Amino acid sequence: MPSSLLQDFPRLPQRFDEMRLDEGDVRPQWAPFVDRLELLPADTLQRRARYVRESIEADGVTYTVYEDPKGLKRPWQLDLLPLIIDAGEWDSLSEALAQRAHLLNLILADLYGPQQLIADGLIPPALIYGQLGFKWPCRGIVPPGGIFLHHHAADLARAPDGRWWVLGDRTQGPSGAGYALQNRIILSRTFPDSFRELQVRTLASFFRASQDTLSRLAPTEGGEAPLAVLLTPGRFNETYFEHAFLSRYLGFPLVEGQDLTVRDDTVFLKTLRGLRRVHTIYRRLDDDFCDPLELRSDSALGVPGLLQAVRAGRVLMANALGSGVLETGALLGFLPAIAERLLGEPLKLPAVASWWCGEPPALEHVIEHLDELVIKPTFPSMRLETVFGYQLKGEARTRMIERIRAQPHAYVAQEWVRLSQAPVWSRRHERRLVPRSVGLRMFAAATPNGYTVMPGALTRVSPREGDEVVSMQRGGLSKDTWIRAAAPVARSSLLKTRLGVIDLVCSGTEIPSRVGENLFWMGRYAERCEGSARVLRAALIRVADTDPEAQQTLPGVELAARRMGLLQVQDEDEPVKESEELLLAAVSDLRHYGSLAACLQRLSGAASQVRERLSSDNWHALNRLSQLLVEPVDDVEQALLAVDRVMQSCIALAGFAMDDMTRDEGWSFLIVGRRLERLAIQATLIAGVMREEPRVRGRSLEWLLETGNSIITYRARYRRAPELLPVLHLLAFDVSNPHSVAFQLDNLRRYLQRNARELGQSRPMQLDHLADTMRSFDLTRFEADNCSDACEELANLLFECEAAAYQVSDELQRQYFAHTGRTARMGGWQ
Amino acid sequence: MSELRYHIRHDTRYEYDQPVGESRQMLRLTPRDLPWQRCLSHRLVVEPQPTRSNDFVDDFGNRVRTLHLQSDHDALIIRAESWVALEPRNWPALEDSLNWERVRSALAYQAGRHFPPDLLDANRFLFESRHVRVKREFADYADECFPEGVPILIGAKHLMNRIFDEFTFDPEATTVSTPVTEVFEKRRGVCQDFAHFMLSCLRSIGLAARYMSGYLLTRPPEGKPRLIGADATHAWIAVYCPESGWVDFDPTNNVMPDLQHITLGWGRDFADISPLRGVLLGGGSHDPEIEVTVVPEGEFDEVYAEVEDAPSWLPGLAPTADEH
Repeated sequence: MPSSLLQDFPRLPQRFDEMRLDEGDVRPQWAPFVDRLELLPADTLQRRARYVRESIEADGVTYTVYEDPKGLKRPWQLDLLPLIIDAGEWDSLSEALAQRAHLLNLILADLYGPQQLIADGLIPPALIYGQLGFKWPCRGIVPPGGIFLHHHAADLARAPDGRWWVLGDRTQGPSGAGYALQNRIILSRTFPDSFRELQVRTLASFFRASQDTLSRLAPTEGGEAPLAVLLTPGRFNETYFEHAFLSRYLGFPLVEGQDLTVRDDTVFLKTLRGLRRVHTIYRRLDDDFCDPLELRSDSALGVPGLLQAVRAGRVLMANALGSGVLETGALLGFLPAIAERLLGEPLKLPAVASWWCGEPPALEHVIEHLDELVIKPTFPSMRLETVFGYQLKGEARTRMIERIRAQPHAYVAQEWVRLSQAPVWSRRHERRLVPRSVGLRMFAAATPNGYTVMPGALTRVSPREGDEVVSMQRGGLSKDTWIRAAAPVARSSLLKTRLGVIDLVCSGTEIPSRVGENLFWMGRYAERCEGSARVLRAALIRVADTDPEAQQTLPGVELAARRMGLLQVQDEDEPVKESEELLLAAVSDLRHYGSLAACLQRLSGAASQVRERLSSDNWHALNRLSQLLVEPVDDVEQALLAVDRVMQSCIALAGFAMDDMTRDEGWSFLIVGRRLERLAIQATLIAGVMREEPRVRGRSLEWLLETGNSIITYRARYRRAPELLPVLHLLAFDVSNPHSVAFQLDNLRRYLQRNARELGQSRPMQLDHLADTMRSFDLTRFEADNCSDACEELANLLFECEAAAYQVSDELQRQYFAHTGRTARMGGWQ
Repeated sequence: MSELRYHIRHDTRYEYDQPVGESRQMLRLTPRDLPWQRCLSHRLVVEPQPTRSNDFVDDFGNRVRTLHLQSDHDALIIRAESWVALEPRNWPALEDSLNWERVRSALAYQAGRHFPPDLLDANRFLFESRHVRVKREFADYADECFPEGVPILIGAKHLMNRIFDEFTFDPEATTVSTPVTEVFEKRRGVCQDFAHFMLSCLRSIGLAARYMSGYLLTRPPEGKPRLIGADATHAWIAVYCPESGWVDFDPTNNVMPDLQHITLGWGRDFADISPLRGVLLGGGSHDPEIEVTVVPEGEFDEVYAEVEDAPSWLPGLAPTADEH
């Protein structure tokens, strides 16, 4: 048996040790887990730690750190070990948190109503009237069921004496519950045995309760089924992953402000089928940005007129608009008295001692005891950093005191809680635990019978030993949080809830136009990537080949690549670049708009807009694809390797598109996007060759088969060198070849017809006569020795096909997507 | 002195580069009824016809009209017309007002002390807001006018005098979004800036003060007739004084508003009470053309005698005679 993990685990003085008692024994709730851990050999633990990392990558779990050099998609950090909390202790924490959420809800009702708490001197007016977070336009609005606070989160820390203290409340659109669930999904798979043995309480019931409440409170009319949506600021938000994840988990369409519109004080979702009434908005968008008409006028993320719909009682906002007012840390010190007044009972969950400097005695206390305090801005909107008093020396200290004295109402001081320590799996060592500071984020949700608390939490971990701040923005780590159940736990997940027939019928019909649009572009870009990769591959092989015959055909492929916009257009005064240099740039130069790398980036951009509609595997494949060309390629060999990988991934994507996605209306736009793009590419490539003189034409047939992915079929059918007639038949006219022009035309006709029928729109007609002309083209004309006329005619027809593909694309844009006000355009095609 | 009557016509015209498909507007163009002011008649005409419009009263008591236009339009025209009757304000004797420190401490929070409704209401106007800052430099500026023990209204009058003397009216110096700190540095601006600055000074020393929006009767130059569109919207402030309530000061003109100031409404600053606020989908926006005409009852016939004086872009909207 390996040496004990606990042996090297240090104890920090004056800190609460989450895992061990003072005497050094493992706490009872940890014992079964630690025992199992001790039995596992080092390589098993390493493997599990790797599994956790890989699961995060595979599921695309990200958290955005603003201004992070690593870019937008920073992988979420999850530790191998959970934090385990004693069940009895947890139960009292939960009860206390439920009381706190209830109290905060009553405070919101008062602040946006009679404001008796201010009149009676229980809350200083400065804390409400003095902050931008109080939304005057929301005063007087009574939300459905009198519930303002549907979701509440509190950040807790454990002091050295073992007691938990609240450090702050999140009341606007609390984040973290989805990450907690994701952590759980991964960790329960990492330690399935321990998880079962410990009978860890599950999280699904919490989400179900919240989901039920939102639909029950929804202001529906005449028995209509409520439509709830999840409103996100978009994919640049730090917790966008969570929005997409919860949207899938709860079954609420993920929407952005531009997907919604208000007509007659009613909120509607713009879908591919037209407008659908929205009854509930689960928002992750801050108060300020929700309605540019009445709140922040420069917000492009919100829904103009939303507040009027709320005022008219036509839509449920969760949380109510204006609930961000409670996020001021200065309020904490006033809650005990308010609890006594409003509930007639003491506040069960104490907040860390805090002093709002706006009260003169508090100000003096703060300055006198600075070393023991943490200084924070009164209002989150002030965006000041948290400062630890003991870290302030000399000049900095004097300056801080001056700043506080000049604007005392702008500062709050909190007692500095020395955070408890939990073991974290060390990445640097073979088999070792290291201590890190931890804090809990707990979650409560409103139900018709009061607040329910998630039986689990997001544990946040400081990035370094001795760090005092646990914050994901600061690059922290997270943990799953386990609480043992008294009785065996029934396993369930929201995703497997039994549904009624009506759900089956309704599901998938509410597809936002924006989603259709992005799926469409995802299809076009995916196909463009694949087509580009094939052409580049054909060119690179010929550059690498020393055989003069192969080299003869290079100019033709290059011309095709140029026509596709893959090769940079050179200025006349520029020194002429070698083929090789141009081709390498075409593969990986992000500065060049038409490059494969740039196309991959746009594909990834479109895909991330519809993240919630893609399966984990599909998303994983996309993730891998977007990583393929982040580094520039240096030589032809590398380029070929990269292009091969891109092609393989693209084929995988095509497989997902055909085999992995629900065939709803959104999907059909993805396929139409693919077919249109492939039509355009194939048509141009063949047409280009048709315009060449006969000798060049003959030499080009081989690479034409390559780029058309039909070389194998050709060889199997004809077992001889490529000849004009059979090649053209295979690539242009054969409706059984999924790469042929005729196949695209046939397919498009069918899909467009179906879309038009199902979505109640007229069908673009451009492709119909082209398909007919193709079908009636007399192929015997290519039997003649001189078939230049036939080739010219075919070239014209194919160029017409290309133009029609773009026309149809524009038309779809207008018919189904354009009312979102944003039109994407693809450029670089010559 | 008995009441005076005025006719106010406030025209706003937006022209767009490209057709606007959807537009929402919030108008605060309806004069409030107040102890010294009665709104005798009022109408709002909008071209093109909105798909929907709503009226409500905001939390500061101002009347709001919302418009929703849902069809393509190249221009939006809004005309607000009102007949208003004013009575003299009869301001209290300034030197008899409470000394300012007592007002400050009456407004200040003390744990557990109850605020009566008027003090609670005044507290809304005591802190920073979008355009008003509470800062030491503003308090320093106000200090000279508020020595120890001075009656609050005397202090406020001195502050108004000082701003009027030291600041230059200059429409070129600022825009709607110029921060009040910059107005202070430049010592220049328009009525809005003067008001935001005076509010910042008063709130920085712990007094409650609100932003007043309305119109001012201007006098045509000697010997010249009153012209249509020669006036503008106006802004001034009111300071809270426990015994007399809100008392108005106009730092742009160095007067205490009386029979020449018509009140539309008030808020913490311009952002709460901007006469027009809107959101467009599509189109390119430009600053609107605004034309305000304030006419005393006796001059109404003369001013609007010529039919062609009615702007040509609103045919059929000649000013109506009062309906009272």
